[in-house]
Amino acid sequence: MNALNKMLGGRQGVVGLLILATLILVVFPLTLDAFRLNMVGKYLTYAFVAVGLVLCWGYGGILSLGQGVFFGLGGYCMAMFLKLEASDPESTKIQSTPGIPDFMDWNQITELPWLWVPFHSFTFTVMAVIVLPVLLALIIGVALFRRRVGDVYFSIVTQAIALILTVLIIGQQGLTGGINGITDLKTLLGWDIRSDSAKLLLYFINAGLLFGCILFGKFILNSKLGRLLMAMRDKEERVRFSGYDVAAFKVFVYCVAACFSAIGGAMFALQVGFMSPSFVGIVPSIEMVIFAAVGGRMSLLGAVYGSLLVNYGKTYFSESFPELWLYLMGGLFIAVVMYFPNGLAGLWESHGRKWLSGVTRKPATVIASPAPGITPTPALADKKAASPLEIQP
Amino acid sequence: MTSPTGFQMNKPVLAIEGLTVSFDGFKAVDDLNLYIDRNEVRVVIGPNGAGKTTVLDLICGKTRATGGSIQFKDRELTKMNEYDIVRAGVGRKFQTPSIYDNLSVFENLEMSFPAGRSVFGALFFKRTQAVLERVNQVAADIFLGDLLQQQAGLLSHGQKQWLEIGMLLMQDPELLMLDEPVAGMSVSERAQTADLLNRISQGRSVLVIEHDMEFVKSIAHKVTVLHQGKVLAEGSMESVQNNPKVIEVYLGH
Repeated sequence: MNALNKMLGGRQGVVGLLILATLILVVFPLTLDAFRLNMVGKYLTYAFVAVGLVLCWGYGGILSLGQGVFFGLGGYCMAMFLKLEASDPESTKIQSTPGIPDFMDWNQITELPWLWVPFHSFTFTVMAVIVLPVLLALIIGVALFRRRVGDVYFSIVTQAIALILTVLIIGQQGLTGGINGITDLKTLLGWDIRSDSAKLLLYFINAGLLFGCILFGKFILNSKLGRLLMAMRDKEERVRFSGYDVAAFKVFVYCVAACFSAIGGAMFALQVGFMSPSFVGIVPSIEMVIFAAVGGRMSLLGAVYGSLLVNYGKTYFSESFPELWLYLMGGLFIAVVMYFPNGLAGLWESHGRKWLSGVTRKPATVIASPAPGITPTPALADKKAASPLEIQP
Repeated sequence: MTSPTGFQMNKPVLAIEGLTVSFDGFKAVDDLNLYIDRNEVRVVIGPNGAGKTTVLDLICGKTRATGGSIQFKDRELTKMNEYDIVRAGVGRKFQTPSIYDNLSVFENLEMSFPAGRSVFGALFFKRTQAVLERVNQVAADIFLGDLLQQQAGLLSHGQKQWLEIGMLLMQDPELLMLDEPVAGMSVSERAQTADLLNRISQGRSVLVIEHDMEFVKSIAHKVTVLHQGKVLAEGSMESVQNNPKVIEVYLGH
């Protein structure tokens, strides 16, 4: 019980989590129509990536500008399964080769490529959604971190990988659907995912998985590994010469971030009904970093708010002033970097909390002061767990 | 002392032989031989650029040797990973205090506790009673017993130096290497540090680089003078101070 409490981040951590849960699980479903709710569901799939970035960039100091790669891999795995199900011989009988996805037929492919064959199995697909991106992250991570490639060089390599994967997907049109991606996804194990009721259920599954990822993230950050990540960001040499294999920790947190992104990608394919290279490349990858930055790169919950707000803004502005949006997005990122580096969560910590305690007329000290003279452990646990939007100064 | 066991007892804990490293042709350390005995406090002095810090870098694996060998308890360090060298029992303090500013003093010390060093070990690491006791004991040793909850970045310069020494003590290394431990310390802090070093050198070997001669006198068993990557003189503080070669290159300035 105590461990659970600590993992959730103490009383304030639980409150922060409950507020977000209420918003996502109660307020949105009750107030938004099916179309808008599905849109929020889409935004939340990006939040998976942002939550992963909080771990690997905010705490681990590893700025990956290629998380779209993992989002895309997860999404494509799921989309391939759904596409195969939508391409049964009955509904594709007008094709010259019935039973294969339509875009393959258009590309004069007459047999299902071997790469696609295992995606007939749902079990394999679910495993592939996780395993393939994590495996790729493992290879990239081991190759780069073992050689001590870090900082901006790492970011550049991740961008290059995002670009390579996009070019590959677009180039292999017969295999991947090219620039259009994999479209017209209809059913999951016979269940129509385009109906409103299915979309509602998928929304809740998506939200549940997102909270699972947030809790796992909190577990990591509250463990010694979380403190090690911060220590590595501060003084990597000191950690290395304290007997730790620094590269192994970087690889681990990078793989976790990749895994989160991939789950988001798979849920995207399910909820939006298609997957295309426009979610894989450099631009979407950087956008995802902006979600995390706006929300607060040191806050798991902040990343979710950041994803929701930036995407809401994107939808709103691109509906009203489409040509302005890119400038706004750029301006927003510059503002975050220059004026509030800890994002919304940082603003909440420095201003919002004060304002709230002023409104409720509760002296803030009652919450914050650790009793002097007690043993280090509980006081430290309290201190670490003090905020729902956890910010280290 | 001629019996095999006696020989074994006197075998140096660290034996550096023919150690050479060159950076683009410049030999920072040149065919160096250095032996450190068990329970010995050795101070290495020398003018700037003599290769003192490079020797520590070579021992702890930060820099790879071009030639020669470093034997620590019969293990060849020149071929080992940095973290394996640490796990073998070599602790190293850096010249500028290298601590985790964003963590508390307690967490800084806990981070160096030799358990949960693998990824999953760290993920499931538990703050046991043994950890608490060790942290409290070390914190008391380094004069920071009352500051466990303090954020490390807010400590004074001298306290940061002590904290880093404390982080090494947490590992309980057999060879402790300190690069200018009293740099930037006040006179009273220097005296406290000398006292600390004399206490913690019990049961382990200590290799110190230092410029402050008063401090060197108060801790050194034996002094090695490095000059241009080579040993210029070695012996007691007194003999070294009276060595004409040493006076010429270093103390005479």
